[in-house]
Amino acid sequence: MKQGRIQSMLDPGSAAAALIHELGIWLYAGSGLVLVLVVALALYGAFSAPRKVAEKAWIVGGGIVFPAIVLAALLVYAIHVGHALSGPPARAADIEVVGKRWWWEVRYATGGGHAVLANELRIPVGKPLEIALSTDDVIHSFWVPALAGKVDMIPGRTNRIVVEAREPGIYRGQCAEFCGAQHAWMAFYVVALPEEEFRAWLARQAAPAAEPADAFLLRGRDAFLREACAACHTIRGTAAAGTLGPDLTHVGGRLSIGAGVLGSGAAALAAWIADPQHLKPGNLMPETKTLTGEDLRALASYLESLK
Amino acid sequence: MLLTALAALAAVTMCGCADREPLRPAPGDPAAGRVAIQRLQCGACHAIPGVTGARGQVGPPLDAYGRRVYIAGKLPQDPALLARWIADAPSLAPGTAMPKIEMTAAEARDMVAYLYRLR
Repeated sequence: MKQGRIQSMLDPGSAAAALIHELGIWLYAGSGLVLVLVVALALYGAFSAPRKVAEKAWIVGGGIVFPAIVLAALLVYAIHVGHALSGPPARAADIEVVGKRWWWEVRYATGGGHAVLANELRIPVGKPLEIALSTDDVIHSFWVPALAGKVDMIPGRTNRIVVEAREPGIYRGQCAEFCGAQHAWMAFYVVALPEEEFRAWLARQAAPAAEPADAFLLRGRDAFLREACAACHTIRGTAAAGTLGPDLTHVGGRLSIGAGVLGSGAAALAAWIADPQHLKPGNLMPETKTLTGEDLRALASYLESLK
Repeated sequence: MLLTALAALAAVTMCGCADREPLRPAPGDPAAGRVAIQRLQCGACHAIPGVTGARGQVGPPLDAYGRRVYIAGKLPQDPALLARWIADAPSLAPGTAMPKIEMTAAEARDMVAYLYRLR
């Protein structure tokens, strides 16, 4: 299991992120060195006794030749890293991620039938997956700092990124292009699992929701279908087939609610259902005004049971 | 003079609620209670002084909870009863919107200690 920071490009969890980190170190160290050199020269110039210097040599050497060599070397290095990052030649994407204000819809194309979820991707360790990135509204940017560079999601286009993790673990991602009021609460998680576990998880995601196991959960499902929930949300295996909000077929197994606003669990779900506009102002989900306390608990418990 | 005033102001603002004497005696560790409140996301529904991000409006605000006479307007204020309410409110009031929440008995006790120090 990967230990350490879950959202840091200084703690790379993949070969691609390691390449970016290495490029970063050259940049920080190199620019630091140049800064020290220039400041030292300026101080020397200011405080030393006046004397004649070879002006032309300093201007041509320090102002043209030195930066030209340094920048050309950096350009070659960065282009090399860019090529390495673009991965294998384009093939059918394994996962589609669609940016929305302000959450991520995730669809699995391979081996999963209709596996659709939100704000969470799971990937097999050590196997690069190709992800197609698009958007439903404005420009977003898909960024998991510990695993890959950032790639924009641009209206009318589909961009691609290859994501791979060296070790099992949880990595946090974040929208990296300002996209409106709740840009800061547009987070997601990438969970890297051993291949076997990943396959089992994907098969579960593709399956319809389980039937409620007891009367209380049944009461929760009835509340879901009776209230306006189904107008926006899908729970596969029930009559709920809305498409405006996240697919909730297996919402109980996810790590967060509201794209990172709350953690998991029935209590967090109840809070979110009761007051989404206070927890994340401006998101599309209206507050619930008609549920009794008991129905709210039943509904949250039902959703939490959908693993 | 100014420095003294600033120091006094800093002392007042930096003094965590958990450092004070509780209004009612309660077993449990208030500092651990605050950690548990954070971990269990109580702030999604309740506004709780001293807990980062706890600004919820689903349930009642818990400021000055140490002075609160009734638990949820229903039950007499008592540390053991409040601990039970925090962990499993529906068992005491079936109509409540507050869910049963998985936690250890120690966590519930520590949260009571924290709440009783809010004055």
